[in-house]
Amino acid sequence: MTWDRVLNTLGAWALALLWVLPLAYAVWTAVHPAAFEARFDLLAPLTLENFAKAWSAAPFGRYFLNTFLLVTVILAGQFLLCTLAAYAFARYRFPGRGILFGLVLLQLLIMPDILIVENYKAIHLLDLVDTIPAMALPYIASGFGIFLLRQTFLSVPKELEEAAQIEGLSSLGILLRVYVPPAIPTYLAYGLVSVSHHWNNFLWPLIVTNSVETRPVTVGLSVFSAIDSGVEWSVINAATLMTSGPLLLAFLLFQRQFVQSFMRAGIK
Amino acid sequence: MLRTRGWIEAWLLLVPGFVFLIAFTHVPALVTIWNSFFTTPRGRRPARWAGLENYETLLSDPTFWKVLKNNALYAAGTIPLSIGIALVMALWVNRQLAGRGLVRMAYFTPTVLPMIAVANIWMFFYTPGFGLIDQIGAALGLGQTNILGSADTALWGVMVVTIWKEAGFFMIFYLAALQTIPPSLVEAARIEGAGGWTIFRRITLPLLMPTTLFVSINAVVNSFRMVDHIFILTGGGPDNASSLLLFYIYEVAFRFWDTAYGATLTVVLLAFLMILAIGQFVLFDRRVHYR
Repeated sequence: MTWDRVLNTLGAWALALLWVLPLAYAVWTAVHPAAFEARFDLLAPLTLENFAKAWSAAPFGRYFLNTFLLVTVILAGQFLLCTLAAYAFARYRFPGRGILFGLVLLQLLIMPDILIVENYKAIHLLDLVDTIPAMALPYIASGFGIFLLRQTFLSVPKELEEAAQIEGLSSLGILLRVYVPPAIPTYLAYGLVSVSHHWNNFLWPLIVTNSVETRPVTVGLSVFSAIDSGVEWSVINAATLMTSGPLLLAFLLFQRQFVQSFMRAGIK
Repeated sequence: MLRTRGWIEAWLLLVPGFVFLIAFTHVPALVTIWNSFFTTPRGRRPARWAGLENYETLLSDPTFWKVLKNNALYAAGTIPLSIGIALVMALWVNRQLAGRGLVRMAYFTPTVLPMIAVANIWMFFYTPGFGLIDQIGAALGLGQTNILGSADTALWGVMVVTIWKEAGFFMIFYLAALQTIPPSLVEAARIEGAGGWTIFRRITLPLLMPTTLFVSINAVVNSFRMVDHIFILTGGGPDNASSLLLFYIYEVAFRFWDTAYGATLTVVLLAFLMILAIGQFVLFDRRVHYR
């Protein structure tokens, strides 16, 4: 019994060490001078110079602003559009409901991520290439968001709604006063998942942006660390940590909420 | 009268969402299929009807077959392993364990990082001569490696990175499912004299089946969708040895600007996802109630 426990604990810790090793190594190189990139000396001098170098070598401030704008636009759009659609699916019975909901579910598998060729043509046609909306538009209506909110709205007791109707609330009033408040944990969960997903998105932004004014951090980082740029490894690592920094920091601070959000969003 | 009003209200609520949903998912999917029957417009020459020409090119394109094989290998290599590791992680984190919070954090952290950042971090391991793998190898008296630079190993190098990134993500779903298993079931089995392994095989594993299905489908979709790391790690090389279908689509459409052929390749990807959608529908039909 105890043996079993010791072995399991050891295994869990060994795997955990193995799992943090790459990240720990990146942190090590980022906070030490280049000379210590592969020399592990506990007394090696600490430095923030690599971060300073990275920050001044590329317009990361602008990249952060772009990413911030991008995730904000997407999140606002998703909250609005998904709430309205989820409300219709949860509360109304209407012709075409099944088919329309099927179309929503289809987007769980066939995502805009893979339709890059045609979506680029559409964005080009709208004359939006190299803008923040170009990066955001394909993701603003999310099948996943509609599905998730609908599930939550379905669990709201019918009596609450009937009471609100007697009070004379309009349909939108009922949505805002009756359905949205109990769904706030779902919004939070969905918000965290959406922000981290779009903060990290790369391929689509790479395709539709081509200037510093619109590039998000992921694309900026890939430009910065392109092999032929001749930047030192320690500086690249500092930039890498910097771009994931805000999410990583948020994750460390709100670990429990993060994990629970992903769980909540994952349970269908 | 009241009924029609309800219908109209519902449709109005759906309009904003569906405009975007259809404009950027369903329409492009259909247009992709349509465009795969035309040539790529170049300069002043507009697209012309090409019939099955693009598909003939596809069938005789060795690169297409190569990336398809790579994608199959990539899926077969990463999915079972990352799901297996995820299950082990979840089982460990779900029991009494010293420093459980830290361990869980260690497992989950890669999930939060952008794939581009993850690739940068791993690049540092793989760099020939200079990276950590070679440093350790040198200390042990082994020769230089070039994992990402040789055709035999490049894809494996990419797969390791994927597993590292995804296992912690899948762990979360298993963890959620494990917490819904009533402890009384396990206790009852214990009283009956069942050992740890029997309990796992007879109780835990079957009850986790729906989660495994859900995670598997997620993993399959990801194996088609996630190619960010390839840009940093290998650029698809050497000689397409580590290129995946979506990465090849990107190259064809945005480096060679052959959009018609890009559309044709996308049709293949769509076909796979449709098969998956139908498969999921059949498999899940009796398990998940969409109400």
